Amino acid sequence: MIGHLTRTLLSGITLAAMLGVATVSTQAATLHMAWSQDATGLDPHKQTAFSSLRLLELIYEPLVRVDASLQIIPAVATSWEFSKDGKALTFKLDPKAKFQDGTAVTSADVKASFERILDEKTGAAARANFLSIASIDTPDPATVVFHLSQPDAPILTAMSDVNAAIVPASEIKAGSIGTKAVGSGPFKLDKWDPNAKEVLSANKDWAGGATGVDGIEISVLPDEAAILAAMRTKQIDFALLNDPLVATLVPKEASLQLNRVPVLAYHVLQLNPSRKPMTELKVRQAISCAIDRQEVLDTASLGEGKVTGPLTIPALATDPSQLFCYKRDLDKAKKLMAEAGFADGFSATVIGATGEPPTAAAEAQVIQSQLAEIGVKLDIKMMELNVYVDAWLKGDFDMAIALNGGRADPYTMYNRYWTKAGNLQKVANYIDDTLDSQMQQGRAETDPAKRKVIFAEFEKHLAEMSPWIWLYTSYSYTAQQKNIAGFVPTPTGTLFSLSKVTIQQ
Amino acid sequence: MNYLMRRLATFPLVLLGVSILVFVAIRMVPGDSITAMLGTEAGLLTPAQRDSLAAYFGIDQPWFIQYWRWIGGILHGNLGISVTYGRPVLDVILERFPLTLELAVLSMIIALVVGMPAGIFAATHNEKLSDLGVRIVAMIGQSTPSFVLGLLIIYTLSAGFGVLPAMGEFAPLWQDPLRNLSQMILPAITLGFAFAASVTRISRSAMLDVLSDDYVRTARSKGASARSVIWRHALPNALIPVVTLSGIEFGYLLGGAVIVEQIYALPGLGRMVLDAIQQRDYALVQGSVLFIAFNFMIVNLLVDLAYVALDPRIRLGES
Repeated sequence: MIGHLTRTLLSGITLAAMLGVATVSTQAATLHMAWSQDATGLDPHKQTAFSSLRLLELIYEPLVRVDASLQIIPAVATSWEFSKDGKALTFKLDPKAKFQDGTAVTSADVKASFERILDEKTGAAARANFLSIASIDTPDPATVVFHLSQPDAPILTAMSDVNAAIVPASEIKAGSIGTKAVGSGPFKLDKWDPNAKEVLSANKDWAGGATGVDGIEISVLPDEAAILAAMRTKQIDFALLNDPLVATLVPKEASLQLNRVPVLAYHVLQLNPSRKPMTELKVRQAISCAIDRQEVLDTASLGEGKVTGPLTIPALATDPSQLFCYKRDLDKAKKLMAEAGFADGFSATVIGATGEPPTAAAEAQVIQSQLAEIGVKLDIKMMELNVYVDAWLKGDFDMAIALNGGRADPYTMYNRYWTKAGNLQKVANYIDDTLDSQMQQGRAETDPAKRKVIFAEFEKHLAEMSPWIWLYTSYSYTAQQKNIAGFVPTPTGTLFSLSKVTIQQ
Repeated sequence: MNYLMRRLATFPLVLLGVSILVFVAIRMVPGDSITAMLGTEAGLLTPAQRDSLAAYFGIDQPWFIQYWRWIGGILHGNLGISVTYGRPVLDVILERFPLTLELAVLSMIIALVVGMPAGIFAATHNEKLSDLGVRIVAMIGQSTPSFVLGLLIIYTLSAGFGVLPAMGEFAPLWQDPLRNLSQMILPAITLGFAFAASVTRISRSAMLDVLSDDYVRTARSKGASARSVIWRHALPNALIPVVTLSGIEFGYLLGGAVIVEQIYALPGLGRMVLDAIQQRDYALVQGSVLFIAFNFMIVNLLVDLAYVALDPRIRLGES
């Protein structure tokens, strides 16, 4: 009897141990992730916040994607082709592509999605990138033809953004985009508790194949020092970091790995050329010559980044040392100030957003001390992000410290500022015929070599006119436990490769 | 009883004042729900797109119509819908409030259990070395910002000992009390430390005042033991300033401890309000400020009632 009991007990323990092992491996297949700022909404056509895009890229798919070297690769579409005159763009869709509700992704969904983006009632910010679309044809369920009003090479890159995600036509009709997330991407959103957590599970029907983990749980830990602490104690496998001060501490932990990659976004001192004395070219150039960009980078951002000109796309960027006054020249700066009639300097206010980026205040302080040397007295005004955005959009500032987003194509990145019809002309407050025509040429040109020449000229001219003082590009940081394999950091900051990461035991 | 009724009758008036203040204040801040959602990309919108989004967020009407609708809703028990959560404001608040309440109660317990004995001890050892020690610790406690203490605790535990209560996934008290307490104890200590320091200082000075009163001397001369003099005669009279301080502090804590909730990633009321302000979730900001104001008034009322219980000489509502 006792023997029987012992055996039962032992087998029970063995079973429990086995179950325990099973539980451990199941748990291990969920990636625990953290970030300090949560997504702000689920409508892929309306969201522009960094975290929202990173979340939605895991759920929704655009027609195409860009890879780590910013080359266009397939997503919902397997192939694409511009017509000879550049005015038609044809996509072939992946026959395996399915939405998470089980229905196939068809050309009707693509058409409905773009019509939704173009409809002013939607309020899609990316609409501005697709205004050249004149009509959309769907000859069969797997083919979509975009007819363009003019040749538009950058439109393909714009289509790689999750802001141009393909959503089900049925969900558009039901008006449920933004409340329900039904995409064709690698993960499904099971739960979203805003500003607290997201729970994602693998989409077994994903056309891209099996994902490396069963799911992702994203926790919002608002303090990045706390994120690092949670990683030390192995509660978190993977995290997004913004603050270089925290990121540089990661390599000091033996079990953690820091991934950093230069991003397309750029730190910039925006001058307002509609306000005196920044109306004077020589004053703007003097400011450009008086600023030591490397010192701003070293002091404000611990040297975590790279001095940049206007173009941040590696394949197109000019060596910054070739650009106007990228080597600090105080004598030249003082001479330019004197020629402009400001030998004694002037006073101005510079605005910045608190914590956005985390280095904003430090950048303003370094610039303040550098410009003091040519007699420019800067008053720093730090504001809550929304207050800043409001002033920024109205162009209501003398100078502004900004971190502006980059795009994989220079036209999409800058047409809003440096074309005559740019939506943000009132923020840039500077335009000339040269810039406008260079942008139009770059838009129509499809030959990469010729585009490179056009945009190099554009960059050189922009640096010389100095409406803004481009400072540096920083890194995007992700931190991970060393047993996480397969994450590929990219300049766009996308976390899409989380679809293929695995957790090593 | 009359007093209680009169006080309760003032509640709606105060709340009306608060509602106007918060409604106007949040709208006077530059930026709106559209810029909060789109950031600088909002500049790419056409006027028609903007109008359509304004209608979606309910900010297309003149402010007095918006206010009228909101107040009308409140009278029907509806605080509005949060655009961030896509749910009724009251539901969101009530989901977050238990955590805030628990944190406030825990830190008050810590403050009173540590602070009062320390204050009484210091008062009875006035100007001795031990008194000095207590005062120094209290001074440090009062002048250490909670974010410094919080980060210090997190850093020491994680870097020095490799342990940390689970962060990010919060367990409510009624679902998993042990896990919940393990998550709440550090934030409660962080908040309770400064709170305890204030309690120590105020109970020490109140006790010193009372100990020099005639009736205490009389009690002593009649042969009452030191213990009985302190606990039976002096303490009840020294409690009033402690109750006042604790009441005000507790009222504040019910509004959420923003910094501590940020550091420990606790989904409490404070963080929710902060996020709501940043995201210009007007309905949520307005609703939660009203809720917090209401709690504050209740706590204040309870403090006043406690005075009567502690000191029968006090008559409420008499001029």
